[in-house]
Amino acid sequence: MAERSFAKEVEDLRLREGEIFRGEGILAVTKALLQSGVSYVGGYQGSPISHLMDVLADARDVLDELGIHFEACASEAAAAAMLSASVMHPLRGAVTWKSTVGTNVASDALTNLASGGVTGGALIVLGEDFGEGSSVPQERSHAFAMKSQMWLLDPRPNLESIVKAVEDGFALSEASNTPAMLQLRIRACHVHGQFVARNNVRPGFTLREALEKPRRSVDRVVLPPASLAHDKEKLEQRWPRAVEFIRAHRLNELFGPGEGEIGIVLQGGMYNSVMRALQFLGLADVYGESSVPLYVMNVTYPMVDAEVADFCRSKRAVIVVEEGHPAYLEQALIAALHRSEIGTRVHGKDFLPLGGDYTTALIEKGLSNFLAKYAPALVAREVRSPDAAPTLANKKLQALAAVVPPRPAGFCTGCPERPIFAAMKLTEKKLGQHHVSGDIGCHIFSVLPPFNIGGNTMGYGLSGAGMSAFNVKAGKRPIAVMGDGGFWHNGLSSSISNAVFNKHDGVIVIIDNHYSAATGGQDIPSSRAASSRASTNHPIAEAVKGVGVKWIRQLDRTYDVARMRAVLTEALTTPEEGPKVIIASSECMLNKQRRVKPQFNRAVADGKRVVRERFGVDEDVCTGDHACIRLSGCPSLSVKHSDDPLKDDPVAAIDNSCVGCGNCGEVSEAAVLCPSFYKADVVYNPTRLERLLTNARAGIIGFLQRIADRRRVAFAD
Amino acid sequence: MSAQPLGRSRALSADKPISIAILAMGGQGGGVLSNWIVALAESQGWAAQSTSVPGVAQRTGATIYYIEILAARAGKRPIFALMPTPGDVDIVIAAELMEAGRAMLRGLLSPDRTTLIASTHRSLAVVEKQVPGDGIADPTTIVEAAEMTARRVIAFDMQRVAEGNGGAISAAMLGVLAAADILPFARSAFESAIREEGKGVESSLRTFSAAFERTRERPREAVTRVPDKRLPTLPASAGHPTLDRLLQRIRAGFPSAVQAMVFTGVKRVVDYQDSEYGNEYLDRLEKLHRLDVAHGGAKKEYRFTVETAKYLAVAMTYEDVVRVADLKVRASRFRRVRAEIGVKNEQIVHLTEYMHPRMEEVMDTLPAPLGRFLERRPRLFRALDRIVSRGRRVRTDSLRWFIALYALASAKAFRRASLRHARELAHIERWTRTAAVHLPGNYDLATEVVACRRLIKGYSDTHARGNSKFDRVLGLVPRLESLPDAADWLRRLREAALADEQGEALDSAVKALGAAASR
Repeated sequence: MAERSFAKEVEDLRLREGEIFRGEGILAVTKALLQSGVSYVGGYQGSPISHLMDVLADARDVLDELGIHFEACASEAAAAAMLSASVMHPLRGAVTWKSTVGTNVASDALTNLASGGVTGGALIVLGEDFGEGSSVPQERSHAFAMKSQMWLLDPRPNLESIVKAVEDGFALSEASNTPAMLQLRIRACHVHGQFVARNNVRPGFTLREALEKPRRSVDRVVLPPASLAHDKEKLEQRWPRAVEFIRAHRLNELFGPGEGEIGIVLQGGMYNSVMRALQFLGLADVYGESSVPLYVMNVTYPMVDAEVADFCRSKRAVIVVEEGHPAYLEQALIAALHRSEIGTRVHGKDFLPLGGDYTTALIEKGLSNFLAKYAPALVAREVRSPDAAPTLANKKLQALAAVVPPRPAGFCTGCPERPIFAAMKLTEKKLGQHHVSGDIGCHIFSVLPPFNIGGNTMGYGLSGAGMSAFNVKAGKRPIAVMGDGGFWHNGLSSSISNAVFNKHDGVIVIIDNHYSAATGGQDIPSSRAASSRASTNHPIAEAVKGVGVKWIRQLDRTYDVARMRAVLTEALTTPEEGPKVIIASSECMLNKQRRVKPQFNRAVADGKRVVRERFGVDEDVCTGDHACIRLSGCPSLSVKHSDDPLKDDPVAAIDNSCVGCGNCGEVSEAAVLCPSFYKADVVYNPTRLERLLTNARAGIIGFLQRIADRRRVAFAD
Repeated sequence: MSAQPLGRSRALSADKPISIAILAMGGQGGGVLSNWIVALAESQGWAAQSTSVPGVAQRTGATIYYIEILAARAGKRPIFALMPTPGDVDIVIAAELMEAGRAMLRGLLSPDRTTLIASTHRSLAVVEKQVPGDGIADPTTIVEAAEMTARRVIAFDMQRVAEGNGGAISAAMLGVLAAADILPFARSAFESAIREEGKGVESSLRTFSAAFERTRERPREAVTRVPDKRLPTLPASAGHPTLDRLLQRIRAGFPSAVQAMVFTGVKRVVDYQDSEYGNEYLDRLEKLHRLDVAHGGAKKEYRFTVETAKYLAVAMTYEDVVRVADLKVRASRFRRVRAEIGVKNEQIVHLTEYMHPRMEEVMDTLPAPLGRFLERRPRLFRALDRIVSRGRRVRTDSLRWFIALYALASAKAFRRASLRHARELAHIERWTRTAAVHLPGNYDLATEVVACRRLIKGYSDTHARGNSKFDRVLGLVPRLESLPDAADWLRRLREAALADEQGEALDSAVKALGAAASR
């Protein structure tokens, strides 16, 4: 983590027994790991778990004191493989990533890990990127737990429960020799709350001891016949031991009255929303009192059949509140009750939506219908639950749907990727539209207005592979775009090397912005920052050359739109065969500003000569055609209504958030747009000589301007 | 197996948390505001929880933060929701006007309980900015809807308050929240939250305070769709005999209702060329105005004359390199730039213009015969273009470049002889004639023909595209002139031509016209 300081959060990791931790859910997990005696932590950054990685990356002192090894892994597969240390040794290890995308990548290692099983507790913290605010396909991590026989914890979304789940997860993993996954949804990761801290625990058995006294057992290797024995072991030993542990330690919770006609079976993560829905229905209060019995599954896999059967036995009907699809819990519950010959009716996705975010309003609606069917007496009371429908039916409000513009995330002010796509759009004007294969990262915003470039993405580092079928003689070449993050994650082998080996004729643009930018600006092998913790400054060009690419062009200033366009044109038209790789490199502006701004302010305060650049628009020259915006979309370049009666359409305007990246000028120059743009270099603390010369120049210029003004016969403004 | 003893449930408490939703864009400090409110509540012995769905690291997308707070009760731990429920939000804070609209669309506002705190400033979305015409969403619809859906509305430009006090909009919004007296906390408690957080304390407190006072004095501010145009009043004298003669012509030749627009046009053309050009402008305009009068213009408030006065001025002041140079070297421009950039006295500013003259622009300024000569020799033209056409970074504050532009600006003495001038005048002739032809039969259509000049704008390719759209739209006039609502059709076509760059909206409007015409 290069340009952002997490010093305050790191301090929170040192909290001692009895002190109050205040902060985000995901940081509570970080502290909980230290309290659990973890020996090593790894992972791959991504929303919503990036902060876990970021804070640990800054917490070297704390980790060293405890003898904990931390690393930012090259990918989720690398992170999952790291858990291998816990196979033979009583070492607790934790890894984290964004799910389900990261779990997909990690599956190879997870499958092998889960087969042989673990000795030390292995915990996988999953940032379940689901529902509103999610940036990935809407799938469930639950499926991975079932297919590989790993346990899945889904605690109630408050800091105490989350912290307890971390500790429970390790213990459950050890008790059943099985890796455990801890699932946290986006809002739970970002929830601000508090818990009473405990002291950090130094691991009793160290990595060093393990390394110096290696252990091996052919039984743990995934080779037949051991691999077949693993399967038997999973079913006959590890699973029953896990169920027993969950029961004995009461990991699942019951709330509300012991008896009742009906009940609710829910994922722990759904608890707060279900409670609020019940409150709206007059069946619960804000302090957790409930008139309806609740069975809260803080462990959603495995299901404890006997326990849930006990909950259901005396009830007429239960409803399962389970987010996402397929309805694994509902199906499992039906099967469990059926096998035990319990006649309780099981409902769930028949009253609740099949997919998507389970908002409080949706849960309330589902529960209300369920209660109306099975316990009308409960809902007969006068309740006034919030209802937005009458307001939403208002015509004036409905008219807003056509007015309020969508506002998706896009390139930041001064982003170095903007000029790359401006150049690509200009190239398209000459050479026509091309097939553009996208990847994962900031650059995928190119598919949105104003660029509208590219239309698909197959996964991280896979843009090159995603165009591999298009390797036939044709009038146009395909283009793949990937970021430096994707390149190091998987792109080098799956996209670049693959293209070399298969003699692909396409163009691959690698955007090197010096960070894994979309996930928060973490360092990667090609980062320029010197890091004492990691080895950086490994040029992408050398890696590309190393796997056999012959045609490589490196641009070290993406803002040079004309050059970028020339290189793209060359790549698309050169007779040379094999993949054409363009590496377009400029620093992520968000991180650059974090780095440079404090330095700049300090220099100004110290009286040093520094120059601030920003752009402006001459309103008189701008005709309001907005061609510049269609090649930019920069937040600092906007339009405003003019008070000039002769101008109908709004004119371009640049606000003070401009960082002077140069895109506006370069684009208007390369695309021959208009001469409205100017760049202003403001010199702070100019030298005396400089001031002298400037004054002399200004004197002459002023003199000439006065002559012109005198000569001009015009009406006063 | 249970975590708590089972039993009959006790009586339910009626306590309800105060719920606050903050809608902001990345980089607006929504997270900071949310932290302040949580810290404030906790400092006053309340329980608080906040959540957000911020998505990726970028700074542009819309983000929602949600906070619940509740007075603490001994031994009780409230369970807070992780997301706002439509119809159940007490306070909605929108850091931008359209985000207030988004909150309404989500049903977060209820007329019986919600206080809306919204900054009326706009941060335009890409889809609004990229439209070739005016794509800016109508802010008045948001305000009208807010009246219907909120219990109370506090709305003014909080961004400006923040900028004026060197702080962020988050601090301004906290000040508004404090002044709104919704939360039962003293102003000092709000300020302590800012102090505790510790970053940019002074400017945040200043901003907080300014927004607080402003809310107490004037919690509302009107928004308008398009700000008023600055129509000048006709002065008694301009202090120069030739200018006064022009004023005299305006007063004598036009009804008072249209004089302001005519004067605007005269001002522009005189500034562009010279006072004689003002007379040429008035010659043309008077001729057209007489036609207007003859065809019942009085009843139509001389709309034909007003539109012609406007677009004729625009057409006669076409953008050429001489004009650009003239505008770039003026003293007034130097002053405006310094003010816009916020340059302090002791600071020096260097100005770089981004220019890309092509052979076309050079030819524009050449005497017409020479221009035509070159045009007939495409190979020579291309060879010269290779020398001329490249991006040039022009340092207007350097003597070399200033003098070059200064000299270029004074080339306007030769403008009337240039090829471009001849072409522009011919174009004006054709366009005004087309308009005038329809004046006897369909006054409104004639006026719309004049207004189509709006389509021509921009430089180089954009200008060419504008021209071709103009030709295409005017070319459709024969097809629509027999329709009963011909003027409306032409207006619709023009609006469609301004909706997107590629002309897709225009294509479908033309299709619709085809269907209507064949009916």
